[in-house]
Amino acid sequence: MSQKNRLVGGQIDRSRPLSFAFDGKNYEGYAGDTLASALLANDVRLMGRSFKYHRPRGVFSAGSEEPNALVELRSGARQEPNTRATMTELYDGLTAMSQNRFPSLRFDMLAFNDALSSFLSAGFYYKTFMWPPAFWEKLYEPAIRRAAGLGRLSGKEDPDSYDKGFLHCDLLIIGSGPSGLAAALTAGRAGAEVILAEEDVVFGGRLLAEQNLLTEQCGNEWVSDVIGELSSLPNVRLMTRTTIFGQYDHGIFGAVERVSDHLPEPPADKPRQILWRIYAKRALLAAGATERPITFENNDRPGVMLAGAMRAYANRWAVTASTDIAIFTNNDDGHRTAWDLDAKGVNIAAVIDSRMDTPSSTEFEVLSGAQILDSHGRLGLRSVKVRLKDGSTREISCGALGLSGGWNPNVHLACHKRGRPVWNETISTFVPASSGDHLLRIAGAAAGIFSTHGALHSGAEEAVKALNDLDVSAHVPELPEAEDAPVKITPFWYVKSGKGRAWLDLQNDVTVKDVQLAHQEGFRSVEHMKRYTTLGMATDQGKTANVGALALLAELEGKTITEIGTTIFRPPYTPVSMGTFAGRSRGKDFRPYRLTPSHKWAAEQGAVFVEAGNWLRAQWFPTQGETHWRQSVDREVLAVRKSVGACDVTTLGKIDVQGADAAEFLNHIYCNGFAKLPVGKVRYGLMLREDGLAMDDGTAARLAEDHFVVTTTTANAVPVFRHMEFYRQCLWPGLDVQLISTTEAWAQFAVAGPNARKLLQKVIDPAYDISNEAFPYMACGEITVCGDLRARLFRISFSGELAYEIAVPTRYGDALIRRLMEAGKEFDITPYGTEALGVLRIEKGHAAGNELNGQSTAAMLGMGRMVSQKKDSIGRVLAGRPYLQREDDYRLVGLKPVNSKETILAGAHLMTAGDTVNAANDQGWVTSAAYSPHVGSSIALAFLKNGEARHGGMIRIVSPLDNLDIEGEVTSPHFIDPEGDRLRV
Amino acid sequence: MIINHPLLGPRDSQEFVYLGDASLIDRPNAMAETALDDFHDYLYLRDNPAGSHKELWFHEQGDRSWLVVTRDVTTHEITDVELASDYAKRRGRDR
Repeated sequence: MSQKNRLVGGQIDRSRPLSFAFDGKNYEGYAGDTLASALLANDVRLMGRSFKYHRPRGVFSAGSEEPNALVELRSGARQEPNTRATMTELYDGLTAMSQNRFPSLRFDMLAFNDALSSFLSAGFYYKTFMWPPAFWEKLYEPAIRRAAGLGRLSGKEDPDSYDKGFLHCDLLIIGSGPSGLAAALTAGRAGAEVILAEEDVVFGGRLLAEQNLLTEQCGNEWVSDVIGELSSLPNVRLMTRTTIFGQYDHGIFGAVERVSDHLPEPPADKPRQILWRIYAKRALLAAGATERPITFENNDRPGVMLAGAMRAYANRWAVTASTDIAIFTNNDDGHRTAWDLDAKGVNIAAVIDSRMDTPSSTEFEVLSGAQILDSHGRLGLRSVKVRLKDGSTREISCGALGLSGGWNPNVHLACHKRGRPVWNETISTFVPASSGDHLLRIAGAAAGIFSTHGALHSGAEEAVKALNDLDVSAHVPELPEAEDAPVKITPFWYVKSGKGRAWLDLQNDVTVKDVQLAHQEGFRSVEHMKRYTTLGMATDQGKTANVGALALLAELEGKTITEIGTTIFRPPYTPVSMGTFAGRSRGKDFRPYRLTPSHKWAAEQGAVFVEAGNWLRAQWFPTQGETHWRQSVDREVLAVRKSVGACDVTTLGKIDVQGADAAEFLNHIYCNGFAKLPVGKVRYGLMLREDGLAMDDGTAARLAEDHFVVTTTTANAVPVFRHMEFYRQCLWPGLDVQLISTTEAWAQFAVAGPNARKLLQKVIDPAYDISNEAFPYMACGEITVCGDLRARLFRISFSGELAYEIAVPTRYGDALIRRLMEAGKEFDITPYGTEALGVLRIEKGHAAGNELNGQSTAAMLGMGRMVSQKKDSIGRVLAGRPYLQREDDYRLVGLKPVNSKETILAGAHLMTAGDTVNAANDQGWVTSAAYSPHVGSSIALAFLKNGEARHGGMIRIVSPLDNLDIEGEVTSPHFIDPEGDRLRV
Repeated sequence: MIINHPLLGPRDSQEFVYLGDASLIDRPNAMAETALDDFHDYLYLRDNPAGSHKELWFHEQGDRSWLVVTRDVTTHEITDVELASDYAKRRGRDR
């Protein structure tokens, strides 16, 4: 039978029938339906299996608080697990599958967990799967994860895109029920910049779900009038399908707009969702309230749902979960459901009210002072067992049961900044603390003002106050006449009876007994109880469960709910997809590369690239016939040592230091002296942190009395600049010195090898003499190349060869490398990449990132004597700490394997032969290792205890992870030209 | 958080890099007899108040100024923002 449970009326579009499939079976619904309402219309109550016990479950709510009806929506790469059927708009061709069952929803083999329930109590996993520890990862966890859990990921890449956006406004209004709309009207008319955000598909909130909230007008009509006016105001931004999920500091709100979730797939030019960061001068929380259930034995059968949700299904979607319903309530609001459904022709089997003093009805039976003891029906509710006022019991047949235990204001956003709600005894619920943040006001049901009249007026009045704060004058508009019924409730949380299980948290399968057991075992703080039982976790965050559990805990502790308090509220209010947070930062865009000026040229040469910091650098340049990277790298290294090579070193940080006090500034920043560096000279500089450990090294070139160019390592370009700015601004604000990063401004190439000068002489304009006499080792200067192109030349060497670094404005970098290659043909110029660069510097014994790892001192690097004691420099004082000055500290040494066929690996540790390999006997570690074509074997740099005195000795090089255990010889770290003759020719 | 930059107006804290306690500005005299102890205290002994705190923020994605931000670390309320160089000068720092 098609849509057996469809009622009259409602706000669905009957002229647009839609077909959809659930678990492979086809159904029909209407435009305006959610997946949940359409399934109910088709008499489908069973929608899922529970997390732990695989109990049959049906839809429980009509909104974002849904704990049960979670489905896998769509298929293929767009399959989305844990989608709430209550929040899924129906579209034609929608497909959804139930989850957490095998092989089918009606027959789930894993339901045997339910039979084992007495063993699966709170803390079961903690207690049972402790031993042996090794079993956890391999055996227990995978098995548990298969059996328990929610939906499955598709495992495929998400084909859709997600965007991020920024919005600013005077007043952000969260929620568009009576209070939100009244506030929007007030603020919109006052001319303020307003954002009205609604998580639902349409505006109106409970006005859409209820009958007769307004006394002289239909709720829908007033909503469309107000929205009509607001849409005409240019200062109002209306956002549906938009959840404000978090309040952050200083008026910043996180929002997710579901742009295309209601479509089979996003249109070509639209993202699926947008993450909005909203900067609001003021905000108004008008998020309404969530109903809470009453707990009793077997209260989780499909068909058991919140009474307010039942009413919403009937009034908005013209659907009932069954043709025979019952209500279990402790307050007057529960009776409304009976009235509304009775008016729609649904049979009201009974209204079971735990109070003695209840409203009466001529249309249906009201059982006052009654409680539900149990329910029956395996895959869906068939009947409930009621204990009447006189103590007798009665079985009442019904296919659906509405629960009304009172309403909890949606205080979440008001508590994201650590505020806690307070218990209001009169209306028996938590309301936001009155001493809230002045940036966020609260109106309507979210503030515990439950009547429609109260909500409308509080919305308008709070908007006026918020705008007055901003010096915008605003007035309460004329508002419609509305019901103003007081809250009549007698708290009643759970039925005390029997031995069966009564569910508090449907999503996590937490029962009354679990909370009692947790309490008995000492988990008495509400935060401990939450973590031990998992109550209030997962996708619904216990929106329908938490307060009931707090009441139970209060009873167990003999305290009031106020004394028990709530757990901390944290964003997000409802789940947000990871894809939304990632936005466009996916794949390559997650971490974009920076390209060097010679990148295009290098790619043309077939270079292999590597990520270095955030740069993509050429790693080596394979030539024809080379099948292994070592062949290319060895060739490049030998070519540099024999003739000449060129390498793009643009990635090194460059900082321009200018001003009358530039030299004095650098003298403070570097541990070695810079005050007396002559113009036209470069000096190596070592920078310490204030704690005395090495931070970075580089060179500083003095181009003029008041102008230096400082270089940093590639990785530290940003931190060093920050560090220098800190000292300039915070410690020596009186110095006349200015800094600017010019890393991007200059393309820089190392030209290294015995023929480097001959090559450069062909490129540098003849006016500049770069002979050894005119431009000796460590000279620098501003020159021109290729006919009047301004350039900088530094005679510095990382490779240990006669070498220069030449810099031109970045846009000429590509032209310069091509010119160098052309001019270098006669010297067989060889481009080299970062691997060869590394081999060359290890052969020369230069420290790099592996040695400057934040744990090494100048002394360890063999530069202890560089730290000038004649001046104050950053780090000098604490570098002098006795421990850092000890004689047997680590020193940088070289290593060679005794057997030249063996390979040393970086990360290996050094041991004295004969010692047991353990941490206590550790003598040091290998920092950098490479094959040296110059030496003809593997070589390495290492930190070795008392290493300076151990040159020529033997050491055991061990890496148990790599099965490495070889004998090595300790050497000087300079494998080539220790006297530095090659540099100075 | 939003930091009200003295030159640029309100800026999102994402544009900044946090360093720590503004007492780093009060660097001891490195040439004093007691320098080793003074620097130890300067670098390693910091107050950790649950309340108002003066701290250093660097506007790295902006104008590169260091700021001294007075922030209540329990509420994130920011009560004062000034250029670190102005603050440092007032504390007697010069060259």
